[in-house]
Amino acid sequence: MYTKIERDQSRFKQIVRGKIRENLRKYVTHGELIGRQGRDLVSIPIPQLDVPHFRYGHNGSGGVGQGDGEEGTPIAPGDPDDDEGTGRAGGDPGGHILEVEVSLEELAQILGDELELPRIEPKGKANITEEKLKYTSIRRTGPESLRHFKRTYMEALRRQISSSTYDASRPLVVPIRDDKRYRSWTTNPQPDANAAVIYIMDVSGSMTDEQKQIVRTEAFWIDTWLRSQYDGLERRYIIHDAAAKEVDEDTFYHTRESGGTRISSAYQVGVELMNRRFPFSEWNLYVFQFSDGDNWGEDNQASLRLLRDQILPQVNLFCYGQVESPYGSGEYLRTLRDGLGLEAENLVLSEIRDRDGIYDSIKLFLGKGK
Amino acid sequence: MSTGMTRVEPLSAQLAEVQVQMEDHARGHGLDFYPTLFEVVDHDQLNAIAAYGGFPTRYPHWRFGMEFEQLSKGYSYGLQKIYELVINNDPCYAYLMRSNGLSDQKMVMAHVYGHCDFFKNNFWFSKTDRKMMDHMANHGNRIRRYMDRFGVNEVEDFIDACLSVEDLIDVYSPFIKRFDDPIANRFRSGDEVDEPEPPGRFKAKDYMDQFVNPPDALAAEVEKRKKQQLVQEKFPKEPMRDVMLFVLENAPLKPWQLDVLAVIRDEAYYFAPQAQTKIMNEGWASYWHSTIMTRQGLTGADVVNYCDHHSGTMATSGGRLNPYKLGLELYRDIEERWNKGRFGREYDECDDYETRRKWDTGANLGRQKIFEVRKIHNDLTFIDTFLTLEFCREHKFFSFGYNEDTNYYEIESREFPKIKQRLLFSLTNRGQPMITVRDGNYKNRGELFLGHQFNGVELQMNYARDTLTNLQRLWMRPVHIETILGGVKTILSYDGKEHAVEQFKPSK
Repeated sequence: MYTKIERDQSRFKQIVRGKIRENLRKYVTHGELIGRQGRDLVSIPIPQLDVPHFRYGHNGSGGVGQGDGEEGTPIAPGDPDDDEGTGRAGGDPGGHILEVEVSLEELAQILGDELELPRIEPKGKANITEEKLKYTSIRRTGPESLRHFKRTYMEALRRQISSSTYDASRPLVVPIRDDKRYRSWTTNPQPDANAAVIYIMDVSGSMTDEQKQIVRTEAFWIDTWLRSQYDGLERRYIIHDAAAKEVDEDTFYHTRESGGTRISSAYQVGVELMNRRFPFSEWNLYVFQFSDGDNWGEDNQASLRLLRDQILPQVNLFCYGQVESPYGSGEYLRTLRDGLGLEAENLVLSEIRDRDGIYDSIKLFLGKGK
Repeated sequence: MSTGMTRVEPLSAQLAEVQVQMEDHARGHGLDFYPTLFEVVDHDQLNAIAAYGGFPTRYPHWRFGMEFEQLSKGYSYGLQKIYELVINNDPCYAYLMRSNGLSDQKMVMAHVYGHCDFFKNNFWFSKTDRKMMDHMANHGNRIRRYMDRFGVNEVEDFIDACLSVEDLIDVYSPFIKRFDDPIANRFRSGDEVDEPEPPGRFKAKDYMDQFVNPPDALAAEVEKRKKQQLVQEKFPKEPMRDVMLFVLENAPLKPWQLDVLAVIRDEAYYFAPQAQTKIMNEGWASYWHSTIMTRQGLTGADVVNYCDHHSGTMATSGGRLNPYKLGLELYRDIEERWNKGRFGREYDECDDYETRRKWDTGANLGRQKIFEVRKIHNDLTFIDTFLTLEFCREHKFFSFGYNEDTNYYEIESREFPKIKQRLLFSLTNRGQPMITVRDGNYKNRGELFLGHQFNGVELQMNYARDTLTNLQRLWMRPVHIETILGGVKTILSYDGKEHAVEQFKPSK
């Protein structure tokens, strides 16, 4: 019977994977369904695996509970997606959304399979290695700054007890030189294949929350994929309207300015950041720019120049994603295509009309294997 | 292999001795059960068996794998642990977890004998198949054979569709004769119409006939009767709750598909009473493990362990109602009430708080009463009959409801009628919407028309749509369900390609 259950279990897992594959578009476009758990686990709710029955929805439903609380005290959330019930309707705790835990690695694998993404070949410097220090052991000698306080006192205590100089009624422990213990390290040579992603986004008034959500979802998948390809991934965020600045992730997604749009300002900040922090001889650099396509006309030439002369030669990939906005002109994509499109092979342009466009856009961006 | 039970490992001498003791205690209290076989298994096996609903030889299906995955994840994360598993069968099978300590095993055995007594004596289980262990194995073999022959995907796919309607059965049908036996009608072919007298004709002498029976009135009468007959020939004649049976008898399915559907329906009927008596059954078993353990079973070495685990099973957390606890406390409450004579008209009509509180006639009928209760009630009637205001107060019950504005379930009330109503609602039809077949020849096009008996709670739309999709795969022709959405009569339809929603605005 154990082999039987294993068979059913693996069948279930296959279906889950199949489900993820089949519905990947759906999950890509509904990034908010992905709750991050801990550092490297995500859980994906797979409501489809519930066998559908006729059952009660939220409206008018309820039940009986036990315990303290006033009338009106909330006791459990309905569901964020009001269509997917929690199954508490009618007091029945049976129905539930199954959360399948998939590690980020697995998720990237699935994404890669599904989108047929080629593995990225790091720029030709796989021979660069870095010495990495790890504090893993203890020694009897070392600098005072690395003295291990607890170990040292443990040793002192041990010595005092064994030499009967320890008095429990007067617990005084004094380390002598022999008691001292120090942290020590080992060095590991590590191949250096680090990558940095710089996200640039237009936060002028014409970008709405919907567009930002698209950017956010797309960035999540890009991160997931790149992280699976490199040992370390650094992320930097730049927002701009008429002027640009580097910000943290949270600010990146939640800032809204009203000013005009000067893309070259963001490029300038990006270039400075790369020169200062990510010299291209040591880093695999990625730049993803999202905008609704607005730019001040006189700025186009400056932008193109920066891109061509300073950015493109340094990066593995420069991706420009244009999200469709009711307010934006969408001109910039054309500007790029006309100005640079043909000559630069590490420039990718993509138009993202709506959430469903994310899927194709990711494929376009990462499909080059760079 | 046929039963999977042939390799029952004998209990260790120590456990065997405990079993004898526990069985004696149980019988001593008047519990009555089929022979009970215990098997010791490790946690993986127990999770696997539990995933199969207790039947290790069940047919293959991914959802058992899913169940197993959840159980074993829960176990390995230390979130949950199955202590015991009992199968309603003659003999009863019960599984013990190998890693449990001796005091746990004692408690589990006492608990198991409570379940076994309940299975054997509760009325709602009286029609269940007591050789289910064998029959499940047969089901498994049959479905495996179909899988070999027609392909795993094909069969599994079909099972998925069947499972969508597995709750659409008539749980009362084993006890009621709803239809004449089909045999009785078999000798009457469809075109045989019995028309004894020309309708509406009165006896009259020839010369008076055209006055007594005017021809145009007669014609109208004939017309009327024809219409009536048309209405009567509705198919099924009355709304039918056993949607599975209706599909089984009328859908154009292949023989193997019919067999699979029948298997799933059989199993649904087998499991139905367990859902109908969850509170009572668990409460009864808990009542007996606590009674037996505290009066006879416990040794000094067991006490702390026992208390820990007993209170673990009785815990209510996060405002949830725990059926073990509710059942146990209600039995105890009934026992106390009948011991003190707190029942009957005199007691009910007494509204002096102090008198009621001190009421004790020394009737001492408690034990007898709870045995009677376990014999005739199910959860619905149990709660309806025995849940009292005092009980609700004492256990801090509240009712909760969904608040559309906040998208939260909120505490709604602490009033007794409201609580009772909510609780009864959640037990009615096992907490599921009431669905019937209204017409198997809808629009005279062989389409299936279901009706949802609306009672204030709407169907969950996405599930309803997916269920229709699955039902259509069984029925092969378009399927419909009538329900109420936003206060408006609504018909959801699926014709095999597209879903449609038709809403009827109230006409003014």
